[in-house]
Amino acid sequence: MSLYTPSSPHMHADTSIAQVMSKVLLALLPGIAAYVWLFGWGIVVQLSFATLLALGAEALMLRLRRRPLLPFLTDGSAIVTAWLLCLSIPPIAPWWITAIGVLFAIVLAKHLYGGLGYNPFNPAMVGYAALLISFPAEMTAWQAPQPLDLAQAASLIFLAPPREVLDAVTSATPMDFLRTQLGLDKTVDEVIAHSPLFGYLAGKTQEILNLMFLLGGLWLIKQRIIGWQIPVAMLASLAIMAAVFHLYDPERFASPAFHLASGAVMLGAFFIATDPVSASTTPRGRLIYGAGIGILVYVIRTWGGYPDGVAFAVLLLNICAPTIDYYTKPRVFGHGDKD
Amino acid sequence: MKRELFSFTGGIRFDDYHKRESTRQAVVAAPLPARLVLPLHQHIGEGGEALVQPGDKVLKGQPIARAVSYVSAPLHAPTSGTVVKVGDEKVPHPSGLSAPCIVIEPDGEDTWAPRQSHARDYAEMNPSALRNLIREAGIVGLGGAGFPSYVKLNPGHNPVETLILNGAECEPFITCDDMLMRQRADEIVKGSLIIRHALGARQTLIAIEDNKPEAIAAMRGAVQRLAPEHTEVVSVPTLYPAGGEKQLIYTLTGKEVPSDGLPVHIGVVCQNVATTGAIFRAVYHGEPLLSRWLTVTGGVAEPRNLEVLLGTPVDELIRFCGGKPERCRRIIMGGPMMGFALHAHDLPVIKTTNCILVDDGRQPDLAGRQYAMPCIRCGACADACPVRLLPQQLYWYAQAGEFDRCQEYHLFDCIECGCCDYVCPAHLPLVQYYRYAKGEIWKRERERQQAELARERHEFRLFRLEREKKERAAKRQQKKAALAKETSAQGDAQAKQAAIQAALERVKAKKARQTRENTPPEQGDS
Ligand code: SF4
Ligand code: SF4
Repeated sequence: MSLYTPSSPHMHADTSIAQVMSKVLLALLPGIAAYVWLFGWGIVVQLSFATLLALGAEALMLRLRRRPLLPFLTDGSAIVTAWLLCLSIPPIAPWWITAIGVLFAIVLAKHLYGGLGYNPFNPAMVGYAALLISFPAEMTAWQAPQPLDLAQAASLIFLAPPREVLDAVTSATPMDFLRTQLGLDKTVDEVIAHSPLFGYLAGKTQEILNLMFLLGGLWLIKQRIIGWQIPVAMLASLAIMAAVFHLYDPERFASPAFHLASGAVMLGAFFIATDPVSASTTPRGRLIYGAGIGILVYVIRTWGGYPDGVAFAVLLLNICAPTIDYYTKPRVFGHGDKD
Repeated sequence: MKRELFSFTGGIRFDDYHKRESTRQAVVAAPLPARLVLPLHQHIGEGGEALVQPGDKVLKGQPIARAVSYVSAPLHAPTSGTVVKVGDEKVPHPSGLSAPCIVIEPDGEDTWAPRQSHARDYAEMNPSALRNLIREAGIVGLGGAGFPSYVKLNPGHNPVETLILNGAECEPFITCDDMLMRQRADEIVKGSLIIRHALGARQTLIAIEDNKPEAIAAMRGAVQRLAPEHTEVVSVPTLYPAGGEKQLIYTLTGKEVPSDGLPVHIGVVCQNVATTGAIFRAVYHGEPLLSRWLTVTGGVAEPRNLEVLLGTPVDELIRFCGGKPERCRRIIMGGPMMGFALHAHDLPVIKTTNCILVDDGRQPDLAGRQYAMPCIRCGACADACPVRLLPQQLYWYAQAGEFDRCQEYHLFDCIECGCCDYVCPAHLPLVQYYRYAKGEIWKRERERQQAELARERHEFRLFRLEREKKERAAKRQQKKAALAKETSAQGDAQAKQAAIQAALERVKAKKARQTRENTPPEQGDS
């Protein structure tokens, strides 16, 4: 019998891309549970629909690109993309919004760039950005905090309900609300104190969601699925930016705590900015990359025209990632400081 | 006193080191095989040159090949018998190729050639004589790469502060150094005193990973008895590759061996514990390196350590330990991280063989490679790399054939420890790519040198032609000048001659005139 003579090492850790992706999905579950508790079953309908669609699109693209189906379809990356997209759009967004977003992400941002591992941009965020630019009304009609049952949610998503029905279940996000009210010359404290939308730190629902994503994210760090650098740098820079402006004028600029508990911050910091393919990979590079995102999130939120800055901040830093990596190569063992 | 240790970045902590299996039984000698195959080249550097011919009778310990250069080592007959062949045989090498070997058929007598002990007088020998003794004993590093030991014992003009004995044995499955330290602690410590004498080292540190408490205890006992001053047994954290030379030096001293330097440049010399034991035997008993301890483990019924004569075929060892060589899927010589898979069952044990790891298809930790996915740039490899390289970039440039970039990312600092490969979730054969890239770069370098040589030759030829042309031209010039001078000289002469001629003519004419007057005109002007 001839012997098997592969190259060393002959041992391998029990790990795989599928395992990494499943852990990411698992870490999203606390946040998703909070979604269900706060908004009802809409998110579950979205996630299921998006998952099926993403796998279908993935299979189609693999077939077209003549890649083996099994290893790639089971790697879990398409599902992660689908879920991140769903968690970024309103839970009762019409089905075609989800569909367009998923197709954009999988077909364009992922496969047309070469598939898994080759996409320079975070696919879910490309999908999100495309939707936000094309359908601002649907994308900003956030669901009011009231739990919907499965039938209600499904009909809202799939049956194109009339305007009045929709208006009854949607509202602005707390951040949008704050923005418009600040535009009306109110102070931050006034707005937060006088609206039922707000809880202890920020939007009532948002602070809970952010807490849950934070927990999931910390677990990912503990599991060594993601490094600590990107989330820590992003949250720290966002908090520092917020603190500086808040100290300068507390009436017009919300506190760091508000920013950390608002919008898609924790989802962004632990799940989106850390997408390995499109992020920086060197230790110092990750710090710079995370900090860049944090700063941009603050800038876009405070002075930009979009409801939340995470998607655009991530996409902008995606462009810089290769350059950041190039200039932050670690000092190789035995090479002294200059090299 | 607790010594301060430094931790290198990266590395792997394995869940199961699989060391217990092979440390349950005492070490015994493997049975004498029917044939011993001894490759002339079994260490780093140049192979030896055979001193025997087929038909020669040899005694145990008799030299059968001599070192041919500074980085080379002699070879000795592991037992008495007859040389039956000097020629190519399959050798244990990743390439699976054949190479020159000496084949000996043992006579079963095990008759020793004369030996000379230096147990009492080695301390009076000068370091150079001591080194020569070790060189003549054919000792090379037994821990892995097999660098001829006496070379390392020559620090040149570098002062040696610390001698480190490497007993880390950080790869899973391998336990031969562990067992040697447990059972032959005194020999190792005595060996370390010899090395210390040769180097003039100030202190000796014996480094052992903390997953080997028995070895640590045994070595501490021996140090207490034999060398309580200046020698210390240091328990280092179990973290692969703690036994890598540069990693171990860093762990103990906090100093990084420069990328292009040697440990001795920072005042450190490392020797493996088994090598140290071999040096002891050479000096105290006059025994050259004839056998070694090695681990046979994995898919065998009785994993254990054996004392094995060099040249013993691997399949006999597997059979001795209750394995079935013909059922092996893969036989790894060395550890699971850095060892290589053998191309045949019956390849011989060589000086650097520390482990025979048998994969019979039922070892869950040796499952084999899974389908390679694209790199997702997760950075797990970079976090694991003990050299702080960026394995994902090296991989990227290696597979794209951008070897200059590989070098820019310090490919040649890669120690091929396999940590990056081990943790890669995409199951990319990273180390294989690095080997390939290194090979290509060497090839290019050779080609470049050859081209350079050819270019130089060509340029020299052009230069020579040019020079010859110039020389010829110059010569021509000279000749011309000489000619011109000659002609001008001739010119003078001609002028003179012309004048003479003219004078003569005038005289002639005069005469003619005179003669015309009295002779016929046909004799006139000529
Ligand atoms: S561990 Fe593998 S997948 Fe991750 S960055 Fe390194 S090479 Fe790429
Ligand atoms: S094999 Fe090379 S690149 Fe990989 S971890 Fe070891 S030293 Fe680093």
